[in-house]
Amino acid sequence: MTFSGWFTIAAFAVVLTALAVPLGGYLAKVYSGQRVFLSPVLAAPERLLYRVLRVDAQQGQDWKQYARSLLVFSLAGWLLLYFILRTQTLWDFTGLNPSGFHSGTWNVSFNTVSSFLTNTNWQYYGGETTMSYFSQMLGLTVQNWLSAGVGIVVAVALVRGIVSRSGKSLGNFWQDLVRTILYVLGPIALLSAVVLMSQGVIQNFSHYLTAHTLTGLPQTIAMGPVASQEAIKELGTNGGGFFNVNSAHPFENPNGFTNFYEILIVLIIPAALVFMYGRMAGNRRQGYAIYGVMMFMFLGAVAVAYIAEAHGSPAQHAAGLNTHVISGSGGGNMEGKEQRFGIAGSALFDVVTTVTSCGAVNSAIESFTGIGGAVPMANLSASEVIFGGVGTGLYSILLYVLLAVFIGGLMVGRTPEWLGKKLEAREIKLAGLGILITPLAALFCTAMATADSAGRKSISEVAGKGPQGFSETFYAYLSQANNNGSAFAGYTGYVQPNAGNLGAHGVTFTDLLGGFDMLFARYAPILFALAVAGALAGKRVTPAGLGTMRTDNATFSVLLIGVIVLVGALTFFPALLLGPVVQGLTGHLY
Amino acid sequence: MKRDLVTSAIGILVLTLLLGLAYPLLVTGIGQAVFPGNANGQQIKVHGRLIGSKIIGQSFAEPVIGKNGKPQEEEEELLTKPDPRYFQSRPSATEGGEYNASASTFSNRGPNSKLTEEDDAQALKAYLALNRPYDRSLSGAQVPVDAVNTSASNLDPEISPANARIQAHRVAAVRGLPLVRVDSLIASHTSGRGLGFSGEPGVNVLELNLALDRLEGKAS
Repeated sequence: MTFSGWFTIAAFAVVLTALAVPLGGYLAKVYSGQRVFLSPVLAAPERLLYRVLRVDAQQGQDWKQYARSLLVFSLAGWLLLYFILRTQTLWDFTGLNPSGFHSGTWNVSFNTVSSFLTNTNWQYYGGETTMSYFSQMLGLTVQNWLSAGVGIVVAVALVRGIVSRSGKSLGNFWQDLVRTILYVLGPIALLSAVVLMSQGVIQNFSHYLTAHTLTGLPQTIAMGPVASQEAIKELGTNGGGFFNVNSAHPFENPNGFTNFYEILIVLIIPAALVFMYGRMAGNRRQGYAIYGVMMFMFLGAVAVAYIAEAHGSPAQHAAGLNTHVISGSGGGNMEGKEQRFGIAGSALFDVVTTVTSCGAVNSAIESFTGIGGAVPMANLSASEVIFGGVGTGLYSILLYVLLAVFIGGLMVGRTPEWLGKKLEAREIKLAGLGILITPLAALFCTAMATADSAGRKSISEVAGKGPQGFSETFYAYLSQANNNGSAFAGYTGYVQPNAGNLGAHGVTFTDLLGGFDMLFARYAPILFALAVAGALAGKRVTPAGLGTMRTDNATFSVLLIGVIVLVGALTFFPALLLGPVVQGLTGHLY
Repeated sequence: MKRDLVTSAIGILVLTLLLGLAYPLLVTGIGQAVFPGNANGQQIKVHGRLIGSKIIGQSFAEPVIGKNGKPQEEEEELLTKPDPRYFQSRPSATEGGEYNASASTFSNRGPNSKLTEEDDAQALKAYLALNRPYDRSLSGAQVPVDAVNTSASNLDPEISPANARIQAHRVAAVRGLPLVRVDSLIASHTSGRGLGFSGEPGVNVLELNLALDRLEGKAS
């Protein structure tokens, strides 16, 4: 461990908070229909879009109408993306398939489409060996935007339901989506794409380059429109790499600065949404209390990962490597890590992208030490409430808040109240179900894949010996259920070789199980969150009395951490013990 | 329901054109106009010939020539050995030979795997065999981890300064250069941390090797 490593982590927390507070205020204005500084530029295109889409943006929707618009729109997106991937060669006339890649097979495409629709971006393919520029742009990049937008609008709708004092309207889905794209994602993504290009992220439509190296060996170098996808991939907490190795690729993440910048834009919207919630609830401290919980758990995770990775792995030590810091080298477990990021930059990136539903990686999680690998799993076990994905994080933690208020109410023996609204059986039931869906999907699919011989085919023959094989499997379905998308990448849903123009042959069982895992664990919680919003909307508000439990102070934050850890730990502890914890506690080699 | 269907159908098409076509084209336009070098991958050309990309690592190995005077192959892959005149990049496990930049991949070596241990031990041995003849005091404990472990992308363009300083002994001896000259070249090709704190200092291997060739005035 080094001073600069710890300093990076601290600086990140400070910069993030400093930027998220004003952005939260901006979001609150955008979603309550007030004018913002971009309104003069964007009001006209906004109106034009409403006219083209034939929507009456002023018309409010109750939770069922809101959910229906969301589901129908998602279905349309699913079908179009599936069509694009399956007919990849049909679009060769555009010149955007210079390597002549074949169309996707049905099983891999099912998994990929479900993955990008649900903001997961789990990838059973290698970008530069499978996808044409056409598919990357008009297919995958589009869903990078839209799945992020859908996540955000659900959070906004839930907040509206929580604070609404009259009527059943949660807002208008189409208006929220258009505003999210134009006012929130658009400007930041465009700016970020330019920043990334200024640092060396590529953006072109060239053929792959053929170089002749200094020693006379040939080298083929993959190209593509990377910056435009990279920016929205991080900002929308999508995480699907343009290249197979994601943000570890020098063309996606060229230096220490871009590494810092990319994780900043991963967390900026999830963090800002929490402050937006505080403002819309009319009490900023409501937001601070939740932000404190998230930041506390986040920093704890970073510290554990950094310490574990700086220590090095049993395999390194057995091979006689010196993993200490020496002059001119940071030491540590550098297997699967880039020199320019080092241990701290890799641990920080990894935690940022696993507490959120981003799932981009700049290092190989499969090669993390046992405890280092347990950290992303623990983050996922918390069901993406530590900041979480754009939108998903806020609506998921608000369900936990509801549960915490209920438990707190039981402990003091009063009717639980939240922001002046009485919580009744219906809301608690819905929130409970919403919270339990993700763990249920993760554990059910893991059990299926472990028990069935078809699932064991996906375990890496090389890396998956001993507990690592279980870790790979568990991580795969945990990650897909949480719509995260990072992986112990040895676990595969397609058969090598996937190189050349032949496309990947899918492993049907693994592709389908993962696909359903993602779809179920995305849309079921969304429906429960919207239903909770519907149940709370228009409830009578009673002024807080002496017996009201406050939800805007440190006591409540501690209670909330307790609830999150308890639900996560009780659900996942046995599984975590079988995989990473065993590896972390022994120096045994398998 | 019908309204939702119509709006969804129009919406997905319009937004696909806006976000999947207009947006990437706009970014491409800006990139090609303002940062053409970066946007096209920082290509390095010597006498008009493409040598590689500044930020994509490459192999500095040469083909092994057999007794018949032809390059040797094993399992359809060209056999290579490190060229001692050049600084060597980190080990790479891409398919189809080291540093295959058309198919990046993780090595996925597990932390508790016997195979990882074997790979590490072998790489350490090879590194010592290559560099020890030129620096007798070199021990395994002095070898930095990046010289032995594969990177995440397996296309890492950089090595640690410690790694470069060890290899400097070999490169200086083989090229007949004074060690201080090579060491100062390393220092001038070491990049700092992003913003002064983010990431680790590294030495760009391709640029360093090009500078060496220029120093000898015989860049090919």
